[in-house]
Amino acid sequence: MEKQFSVVGKRLPMVDAAAKVNGSAQFTDDLTFPGMLHGKLLRSPHPHAKILNIDVSKALRLPGVKGVVTGAEIPDRQYGIVPKARDEYALAKGKVRYIGDEVAAVCAIDPEIAEEAVDLIEVDYEVLPAVFNVQDSIKEGAPVIHEGVANNTSFAIRKEFGDVEKAFAESALVSEDSFYSQPVNHAPMEPHAAVAQYDPVRGQVVLWSSTQIPFFLRRNLSATLMIPESKVRVIKPKVGGGFGQKIDMFAKDFCAAWFAMKLGRPVKFVYERDEVFIVTRQRHPMHLTVKTGMAKDGRILAQQFLSYADGGAYNSTAPTMMALSCFFLMVPYHVPNLLYEGYHVYTNKPVGGAMRGHGIPQARFAVERQLDLMADRLNLDPADVRTKNSIKAGEPHPGGFVINTCGFAESVQLAAEAIGWKEKRGKLPFGRGVGMGGASFPSGVTNMSHISSGAVVQVGQDGGVNVLTGAADIGQGAETVIAQIVAEVLGVSLDDVRVTAADTGTTPLDPGTFGSGVTVRAGNAARIAAESVRKKLFECVADELEANPDDLVARDGVIFVTGSPEINITFPKALKAYQYKDLPMPLVGRASWMADTNEPTTLFTQPGNFSPNYSFMTQAAEVEVDTQTGKVKVLKMVTAHDCGRPINPMLVEGQLEGSIAGGMGQALYEDVITEKGQVMNPSFLDYGFPTTMEVPEMESIDIETDDPVGPFGAKEAGEGTQLSPAPAIVNAIYDAIGVNFNELPVTPEKILKALEEKKKQGV
Amino acid sequence: MKSIIQLVVNGESVEIAVEPNRTLLQLLREDLGLTGTKHGCGLGDCGACTVILDGSPVNACLVLAVQARGRQVLTIEGLAENGNLHPIQKAFVDKGAIQCGFCTPGMILSAKALLDTNPKPSETEIRTAISGNLCRCTGYQKIVEAVQEAAEVIQSTEVS
Repeated sequence: MEKQFSVVGKRLPMVDAAAKVNGSAQFTDDLTFPGMLHGKLLRSPHPHAKILNIDVSKALRLPGVKGVVTGAEIPDRQYGIVPKARDEYALAKGKVRYIGDEVAAVCAIDPEIAEEAVDLIEVDYEVLPAVFNVQDSIKEGAPVIHEGVANNTSFAIRKEFGDVEKAFAESALVSEDSFYSQPVNHAPMEPHAAVAQYDPVRGQVVLWSSTQIPFFLRRNLSATLMIPESKVRVIKPKVGGGFGQKIDMFAKDFCAAWFAMKLGRPVKFVYERDEVFIVTRQRHPMHLTVKTGMAKDGRILAQQFLSYADGGAYNSTAPTMMALSCFFLMVPYHVPNLLYEGYHVYTNKPVGGAMRGHGIPQARFAVERQLDLMADRLNLDPADVRTKNSIKAGEPHPGGFVINTCGFAESVQLAAEAIGWKEKRGKLPFGRGVGMGGASFPSGVTNMSHISSGAVVQVGQDGGVNVLTGAADIGQGAETVIAQIVAEVLGVSLDDVRVTAADTGTTPLDPGTFGSGVTVRAGNAARIAAESVRKKLFECVADELEANPDDLVARDGVIFVTGSPEINITFPKALKAYQYKDLPMPLVGRASWMADTNEPTTLFTQPGNFSPNYSFMTQAAEVEVDTQTGKVKVLKMVTAHDCGRPINPMLVEGQLEGSIAGGMGQALYEDVITEKGQVMNPSFLDYGFPTTMEVPEMESIDIETDDPVGPFGAKEAGEGTQLSPAPAIVNAIYDAIGVNFNELPVTPEKILKALEEKKKQGV
Repeated sequence: MKSIIQLVVNGESVEIAVEPNRTLLQLLREDLGLTGTKHGCGLGDCGACTVILDGSPVNACLVLAVQARGRQVLTIEGLAENGNLHPIQKAFVDKGAIQCGFCTPGMILSAKALLDTNPKPSETEIRTAISGNLCRCTGYQKIVEAVQEAAEVIQSTEVS
C-alpha cells in the first residue's frame, strides 16, 4: 500500500531552527541602521486626568535630543484593531485614561538621552475621578472615561435561542454560580519593538515591528499617519512570542514612523519590561454568572450567562473578544437553550486585549467549574457528564454551527484513562486529587475585515520552491507548517522549500496570527497555490508518461502514475521538460482562501456557522495540595486533543505543552495586581509565571480526525488547549481538598484561608 | 569617562573603550554586534541574556562591561565550531525545543555551563540549572528533553 504522506504528519524541526540556535535569528531590536535614533515615551502618572498644558522646551534643549512630539501635533485619527471600536490615539489628546497612557514621545541619539529628556517634559494635569472596577464604572454618575459612551459600556451583546425559562422549569437541578477570572499578562520574552525608516523622495515608510499582524498594522499606520497604505511597508522580523499581545498597534509603532518621517533618520523604539506589563495588553478580567439547568442524568437543558469584561482604558479587540466569549459557550457541549448577555466596560486600568483563547478561557473556566459543581450536586461523575453532553459531528447544532469532525467525547475518555480517573477521582488521600476540563476552539475564521489569506508558490529551474505568504510566524512554527504543506503537494522535501513571509511590501495579504487561523487559512492558500503549480507540471509531463494528468502523483521528488510507480519522471526532469516546452519560468501558482462561514456579527441575532472547523480537547490534571503552605503542585497534565490531522506532531506537542504552562499560570500564580490603577507587579520576578521547576509531567494524546476543510485534514492547535488547563487544575483542587474555588488565581493564601474555614466549620 | 578594557569574546581578543555604566549585554549587542544575546528584562529575571563568563553562566545585563576585563566570554555565536552545531544546539533543533527562539540562546548556554561541569545530570539538575531561564512558549518539556539528549550525545562521542 502506498504511504499516505511524506512530509505532512512528520516530526520535523522548524525551518528557522538553526538560525534560532546559533544566534543569527534577527528580532526587531537586533536591527540597527546607520544614524539610527532612539525613542522613549512619557507616560501618564494619573489614572484619569485632563492634560492642561505640556511644556517640552527643556527636553528639546537637552543636547542629543532630535525631536519631541505630543498628542496635540499628531493627526486627529483614532485607531484600533476593530474598525467600529477605534478609540485610541498613539499619544493622548487632551486626556489620559490610565497610568501609562502615552503623553509625549522623545527621539534622541541614544536611549539614555531620550529617557533623560522624557523626564524634562513638564505636564500640567487636572486630575479627574477614576474608576477601577466594573461595578463602579457602570454606576449612574460614574466618571465618564470616553465621551459619549454611556455607563462606560462600550460594547454590549445579547444572544438567545430556545426557551431558557421553560427549560429551567423542566430541569431537575438549576444552579446559579458566579466566577471571576483575573487579568493575565502575555509576558512574551521579547519586549515590543519597532524600527522605522523613511524615504523622503518616494514618501515611503518602512516599519520593522514585533507584530503578529503586519497587514492590520499597515492599515492602522496608514490611517493615523494619513498616508496611503501603498506608502507603508511593514516587515515582521522574528517575533519573540506574542500570544495575542502583539496584535494591536502601539505608540512605539506610530512614533517610530512619525519621527522617521519628520527627521529623515531611522528610529527605534523598544519597550522596557515594565512597559510590556503595564501599557500593552492583558487578558480581560471577567465576572461571569452562569445559570444552568440540568436533567437528572446530567444533560444540560439550558444555560444563561451574564458577563462583564473589565476592558481597562480602551477597546482593543473588545467586540471580537465578547463575541468569541459568547459563541464558544455553544461548544463542546450541546446547549439546546441559551441566553447570553455580555458587557465590555471601560475602567481606568491597563487595557484588555486578545490573549491566547481570546475571551473564551474566562468563560470556559466558569462553565467547566460549574459542570463539576453540578455533577457533585447530582451525584454524577464529571467525566460522564462531559461525555454525555458532547456535541457530535454531523448532528444539527442548536446555534447553527457546522461540525464536520469532533473528537470531544473521545478526548474525555482518553484523558480520563491516562490520568487514572476511575482509580483516582474521589479516592486519593486528602490533599491529592484529579480534575478535568474540556474545550473547543475555532480555526481559520473569517473576521469582518481582512478575511482571506493569499499565497504565491514559485518553483525555480533547479527545483527550489519559494512560498510567499503574509502569515506571521511568531514562534509557533507557521512558516514550517506552510512549507510542509507545499512540500507535500509538490512531492519535494522540506529542505527544498523556502518561505518568504510577512512583509506587506512583498507578500500577499494575510490577516496574520490570531484566532488560530494560520494553519487552516494560510495553509489552505499555500496548498491551493502549490496544487496549481503541480497541475501545470502534470499537464506538461502527462504525454511523456502516457497518462492522464489526473492520474499522476508527486511524491519524494518523483512524479509517477497512480498504481504504477515505475512509470515516472523526477521532479527536476519534469521542470526541465516544462522549460524546454518554452513555458515561462519560474513556474508560479497563486491562491487566496477564506472560510465559507457566516459573517460573525449576524450570529448575534440568528443561527449560523462561525468557523470552518473546530478543534476539541480535554485536559486532565493531577494535583497535590500542601495543606501546610497552601501551595499546589501540578503533578501531571494530560491533553487529549483533536486538531484534525496534525501537520507536524512535534510542533503540536510543543503548543500543548506551552499552553499547559500558560494554563497553570492562570490557575495558580499569575495576576496583574493593580492598586488605584497602578500595576504593582510589572516584572517577571514579581509577576511569576511558571519556570522549569513548576511545570508538571505532560502527556499528549492525539485524536486524529480528517477534517474536510483544513489542509490535509488539519485544524487549529495550541490556542484551544489554553482554555481547559485552569479549570482542570481547579477541579482537581476540589477533588484534593473539597473546596470549590470560583475565582482565579487559586493562590496559597486562598487555599490556607479555605482550609482554615473548613476546620472552623468542622467539615 | 571611558576606560579601555581587554577581554576574550568567543576566543578572540577584543580591546574596547567603554563607559563605566555600560553593561556586558550592551557591549556584546551594541558594540560588538553579537545580537544573539537577548535583552528580555534588564533586571536579571529572565535569563535571555545568559552568557558564559569564565565557565559560569551569568546574566549579561547584570555584569558591567568593565567587570569582564581580562576574562573569557562565550556567547551563542561562539558555540558552533567550523559551522557545525554544538550537540546542545543540534538537540534543541531535533527535539523541537525551540518556538519563538528568544530564550533559546540563553537556555542553550545555561545548559552548556551545566554539562561542562556535570556531564550526566539528573532531570532535576537540568531543571534547576535552567530555572533562571524563562520561556513563555514551550512549557520547558522539550527543552529538558533536548538537554538530556545532548548530554547523551556528548557522552557517547567522548567515549568513542
